[in-house]
Amino acid sequence: MMLAYRTNYYTGIIIYSINIGAYYFLWTAIYGGKSDIEGLSVIQMVTYIAVAWMARAFYFNNIDREIAQEIKEGKVAVEMIRPYSYLGMKTMQGLGEGLFRLFFFSVPGMFIVSLIFPLSFAANLSTWLFFGLSIIFSFIINTQINLITGVLTFFFFNNDGLIRAKRVIIDLFSGLLLPISFYPIWAQDVMAFFPFQAISYIPSMIFTNGFQGNALYDAIMFQLMWSVLLLIPIFVLWRVAKKRLVVQGG
Amino acid sequence: MMKENQMIYVNNLRKDFKSYSSRSGLKGAFRDLFTRNYKILSAVDGISFNVKPGEMVGYIGENGAGKSTSIKMLTGILTPTSGEVIVNGMNPHKEREEFVRTIGVVFGQRSQLWWDIAVQESFRLLKKVYRVSDEDYASHMEHVIDTLDIAPLLDKPVRKLSLGQRMRCELAAALIHNPPLLFLDEPTIGLDVLVKNKIRTFLKEINERYNTTILLTTHDLQDIEALCERVVMLDQGKVIYDGSINDLRARWMEGKEIHFQFKREVEKDELTKLSNGITVDWQPGKRKDLWIGHVEDNDEVISDIIARVVNELKIIDVNIKSITTEEIVRNIYEEGAVRE
Repeated sequence: MMLAYRTNYYTGIIIYSINIGAYYFLWTAIYGGKSDIEGLSVIQMVTYIAVAWMARAFYFNNIDREIAQEIKEGKVAVEMIRPYSYLGMKTMQGLGEGLFRLFFFSVPGMFIVSLIFPLSFAANLSTWLFFGLSIIFSFIINTQINLITGVLTFFFFNNDGLIRAKRVIIDLFSGLLLPISFYPIWAQDVMAFFPFQAISYIPSMIFTNGFQGNALYDAIMFQLMWSVLLLIPIFVLWRVAKKRLVVQGG
Repeated sequence: MMKENQMIYVNNLRKDFKSYSSRSGLKGAFRDLFTRNYKILSAVDGISFNVKPGEMVGYIGENGAGKSTSIKMLTGILTPTSGEVIVNGMNPHKEREEFVRTIGVVFGQRSQLWWDIAVQESFRLLKKVYRVSDEDYASHMEHVIDTLDIAPLLDKPVRKLSLGQRMRCELAAALIHNPPLLFLDEPTIGLDVLVKNKIRTFLKEINERYNTTILLTTHDLQDIEALCERVVMLDQGKVIYDGSINDLRARWMEGKEIHFQFKREVEKDELTKLSNGITVDWQPGKRKDLWIGHVEDNDEVISDIIARVVNELKIIDVNIKSITTEEIVRNIYEEGAVRE
């Protein structure tokens, strides 16, 4: 589907590179002459941001928006006459898009970026393995949150506001824009009760070797716990939603 | 009646919707933020009917009569408020994923093909989704593609097809898994006569060849006349007629219409004076010189009327017409019930 439009593909790669480039200049300006802030050197910081964006290419998807759209236009009727689980199909669609973006957008994008800017990549194989495991959980948790937001359309019929709010919350509290360790202590305490940092902060910290030893296992457990916990609201909401389904527009 | 032998068994099915109404004005809008007024509407209000395997049934009704809502309950999309539905031996919404493998659905107003990719890619995807074997696909779809004449369209993306081309592809897509039951929701909407005919012939052939049961909703009664022996008619969520289309015609076909076009404008008095002694219902036509006489279907009466009129008044044109199904259905809607 994404290869159906060629221009889309090429601009996609360029946008990824520009994005990471912009953050590079932003952070070198912020660091000025300082060698490190909050224990992260400027190269670690830029690597953190670059990896966060690369991981985002994989876990990010628009299925909340798509579900909302399909409900609003009544297209969900067509999906319901197909012999598969609607939410399962959406998840797999997100996974397909994620893998596509990872290998065809962000890997070429990262390659270009690493030629231009100094990034420090982990040499350690186990770091790569933990990072891989961690972004799989990122995908699961982000997709679960998207499914919940999307299914809520069955109840509100128009939840553009909710979808937008969710996107801002995730960008802000997942550690995509700024590592969680940069937030004030009270904010960090509050965020520990929410699943958002499992999406971006944990895999990026693993990759930049910010987590070592027990902290690493705790972080993975934190992700595992949330990906199980979030299944509950999805199943409950979906059961109720199917009863309330109204196919709009004929 | 035995539920097991029926393809579709519907008993006292209903679906209620909450319908919210907003208050007027700014004050009303603020009040709506806290409490909203609503009414419970029954889109489908206790309908019952059965369809036998291999039957082709026309499902008709005005807009908003509850056709689409009931089709959506029969296909497992909507959960009924109450009542019983058994289609193909299964409960559609409870066993949805397994159930939909045994049906094909075409919504005339919605596409189920993927917009951006070539038609054959959509077919291949659906073939995988329905787990159709290569042999079954080849033997069955070759015939379908041939009959619908869509072979030249297969490598084009759906967005580049015309409506008629797309509709034929939609039909083929709904038949990939060769389902024993086919639901068609306004399949000929907006199509030209040639495409309509092609689709009708195709449906007939499918029905004969595979004994496919077809439930068809449409506003085009010619579709029904060409395909269905039986009609189920809905009005305001209730079944108002269920029987053969011939019976429906026979019940209403009490007379003929004689259309006169006179050389000059004619008053009703003149005509009633002329037809004195015969029961004729004179209806004015679109212009003053056009009149329609409704008479009983009896050749002597018809000849007599024409003879008398022609003797007295100069005419340009005379036409004797039987009442069409369309007019019958329109009359039924106007009266809101079927004559017994």
